Amino acid sequence: MLFFIILIASLIVSFVLPWWIVAIISFLAALWIAKGLVNGFGSAFIAIFIVWVVQALFKSVPNDHILATRVAHMLPLGGSWILLVLITGLIGGLVAGMAGLTGALFKKALAKPQVKTK
Amino acid sequence: MKLFKACFSAIVTLALIWALQHKFGDAPPIGKFLNPVTGFWQNAESKNVDAKRDVKIEGLTGATTIRYDEHMIPHIFADNDHDLYFAQGYVTAQDRLFQLDIQTRSAAGRLSEIVGPKALELDRYHRRMGMVFGAENTLRECMKDPKVKEMLEAYCAGVNAYIHNLPSKYYPIEFKLLDYAPEDYTPLDCALVLKLMSETLAGGSDDFQLTNTLKYFGSKVTNDLFPDHYFKDDPIIPSDTKWDFKALPIPKPSKGFIDEMADTIKTTPKVEGIGSNNWVIAGSRSANGYPILANDPHLNLTFPSIWYQIQLAAPGVNVSGVSIPGTPAVIIGYNQKIAWGVTNVDADVLDWYQIRFKDLSKKEYWYNNKWVPDTRRIEEIKVLGQKPVFDTVIYTHIGPVVYASGNSKPKMGRANNVPVGHALRWIAHDPSIEFKTFYLLNRGSNYADYREALKYYTAPAQNFIFASNDKDIAITPNGKFPLKYKDQGKFILDGSDTADAWHGFIPMEQNPTAKNPAQGFLSSANQESTDDQYPYYINWHFGSYTRGKRINDRLRNMHHATVDSMRVLQNDNYSIFAQDVLPTMLADLDPSKMDAQQKQIYQAITKWDKEYSANSIGASIFDKWWINLYHAVWDDDFTVKKDLNIQLKWPSSYRTIQLLVTQANSKWYDDSRTSQIETRAGLINASFKATIDSLTKQYGKLGKTWEWGTVKGSEISHLANIPGMGTGKFSAGGNSGIVNALSEGHGPSWRMIVQFGPEVKGYGVFPGGESGNPGSYHYDDMFKTWKDGQLNALLFLQNATDGAQHIKTTLTLSNK
Repeated sequence: MLFFIILIASLIVSFVLPWWIVAIISFLAALWIAKGLVNGFGSAFIAIFIVWVVQALFKSVPNDHILATRVAHMLPLGGSWILLVLITGLIGGLVAGMAGLTGALFKKALAKPQVKTK
Repeated sequence: MKLFKACFSAIVTLALIWALQHKFGDAPPIGKFLNPVTGFWQNAESKNVDAKRDVKIEGLTGATTIRYDEHMIPHIFADNDHDLYFAQGYVTAQDRLFQLDIQTRSAAGRLSEIVGPKALELDRYHRRMGMVFGAENTLRECMKDPKVKEMLEAYCAGVNAYIHNLPSKYYPIEFKLLDYAPEDYTPLDCALVLKLMSETLAGGSDDFQLTNTLKYFGSKVTNDLFPDHYFKDDPIIPSDTKWDFKALPIPKPSKGFIDEMADTIKTTPKVEGIGSNNWVIAGSRSANGYPILANDPHLNLTFPSIWYQIQLAAPGVNVSGVSIPGTPAVIIGYNQKIAWGVTNVDADVLDWYQIRFKDLSKKEYWYNNKWVPDTRRIEEIKVLGQKPVFDTVIYTHIGPVVYASGNSKPKMGRANNVPVGHALRWIAHDPSIEFKTFYLLNRGSNYADYREALKYYTAPAQNFIFASNDKDIAITPNGKFPLKYKDQGKFILDGSDTADAWHGFIPMEQNPTAKNPAQGFLSSANQESTDDQYPYYINWHFGSYTRGKRINDRLRNMHHATVDSMRVLQNDNYSIFAQDVLPTMLADLDPSKMDAQQKQIYQAITKWDKEYSANSIGASIFDKWWINLYHAVWDDDFTVKKDLNIQLKWPSSYRTIQLLVTQANSKWYDDSRTSQIETRAGLINASFKATIDSLTKQYGKLGKTWEWGTVKGSEISHLANIPGMGTGKFSAGGNSGIVNALSEGHGPSWRMIVQFGPEVKGYGVFPGGESGNPGSYHYDDMFKTWKDGQLNALLFLQNATDGAQHIKTTLTLSNK
């Protein structure tokens, strides 16, 4: 659930807002419904990894990866556009994941302590 | 505890975002750069192009149609001049925004604003050389002419209309790498681009080095080694040209100059071969009876190219060719009546004057027997991440004192040629209106229009070649040439003596020129403008005659010539240089003393056809051998001992050839550092063996790896040297001093041929592509055509609906 919310929200708003909006979305979504720390980090990481990879490919495929290949020579990644796509996804995922984790941590911290029953 | 953990995680996340949003050193802000919604991925252009695009913007008077052909070259059709140049600015910005920004920043000394303190000395150098001062003077003159003013203002408005409507996600990739935003383009920026051309083509100077040489060796040796004419020459203006004007009186040499001549600082030799070719043949030599014109300017090759191809059509004008991004109009091109091209003249229009200040405050200097106050110009240089630097430059009536004291002069390549405490007199500081020349040429229809247009041209002086459909051909080394006594400015001049000042200018109509000569062709390749018959002094040295002679030799034997004959000549690899010196070098070699390997190489160079083709091994051997021999002759005399630390001027290649060919014995052959006496034969044999050793060491046994294309290793890099954005090394023929003047990264930056006839047809190509975006299919789509020595047939549209089969997309600009 958390995964889908982040995925869809990011796809919608990222076209109009700066790239780091994915962190805010992940944070708020995790704060709201994260099931735990792993769920908070993981869902956000995977969702944004997928969103960024898809968005990058959306631009790069009709370009025959001309630009991605050149940039992959510059960085340098040996001219591998695939590696560049993965790194892009990884960076987006990491930022979102950290924000998701933070959201989950706050959820846990702010949650009312459950009454333990014998 | 849980809250603490959450807060800690929040801080880590924020720190991560901050780090990804900021630049560290030269690395781009990673998150900003890599994210797919605003980062570089947005610069990837799709191969699917819409057939039609309408853009509504402010600032146009009517609708302007821009037709893009297969190479995405714009053909603009506008209702009036204003809209025409507005649209030119708009489309140029669309393709070359970073180039527009970075070149004017560089010229204006404003690179530190975006790259930080590492560019500070370069910025200071440009400020102190008076680049902005010169651009301001030029702009003031331009704004007095209503047509030029309209042209510049419309062009800038077009550039700015594009910038203002450009979302930051579409900023060119270089802006994203350096993390800054484009700023408004101004008419001063247009003038700065001209100053940049003057810096490249008329900003060199060896007055300082030559003066040092004079002091070191005395006038007898200096005059012998640095003569006013090359050993061999073939001037641009044919020698049967008559000068039927009444020349102005030639100024008298100053006392200081006469005293210097009465006799009483390691640098490398000046790069030879900076230049260009152009030629034109009359109808008498062509297959269809009409003239053919060819031009290939040689410049630093970069992606994107220094040229931007364009067709500009409005009532009263329809012209095609190349423009310089950042300036309006077509610079080299043709219409249906005339064609023109340019090569550099290399006139002496930059001189240094020794200044005697009254005291250390440097507020007054001695001129014409009295103390004269100087003025100050304060330059504010903004520096990224630091406080602005304020730099005060002293201006005399002559020009800026570039480095007033030794400790203000930086250790930087370009500053080496600047003598401390000297004022700079440079033509690029004068008010000028070059844009008008191109405005008029674009609209020209005959020889008289060509002559009228040239009147307005100041700098950098160019050999303007011309042909018209009424079968006139002409050439004019043109620009504002200072009126000087012979050799004035060959050495450093005396700033206090009026006799050493520039004495006005050669009247434009008396600049050298030739029209319809009996020989049926005209050409220029940066060699000497005229022979001694011409009454005025333009410079003591020019480019060597090698390319010019080869072109003239070929043209002299050309009959029924076609566009393809011209194209083949543009790609000619024959070396006149080798023809002049190789026989002497070979004659002194002694094969009997060679081992088997040396003999094999001796065979190869003996059989060499003197062609610098890509697969030639002889060219590689000769090239290295010549360099070694040159150094063997001069190193001992011109490499100055460290303790003296002065720059000397090294003798030219042709002076060296003269020595080798005409003198078997000379004191220059002897290496003053050894006890025995060296001879010419000794130097030639030793340098031959050294050449074999170094080639073998670097390329292994004689074979394919020795081929010239590999040994030379040409490469075209991105304008800002960004790795991965250039061509990488490629193998190709040619060299500096060869008609096909491609050296490592310098060479034919645009090849154009125009065939006159009932329909005027143009052909051309530049290395690279129309787009400056590395993510475009048109970033380097013309490179291969250029590398293979081929040309594209240039699309010349008669009107906005013409040639529909070649049109890939149409952009319509109209008012909001």
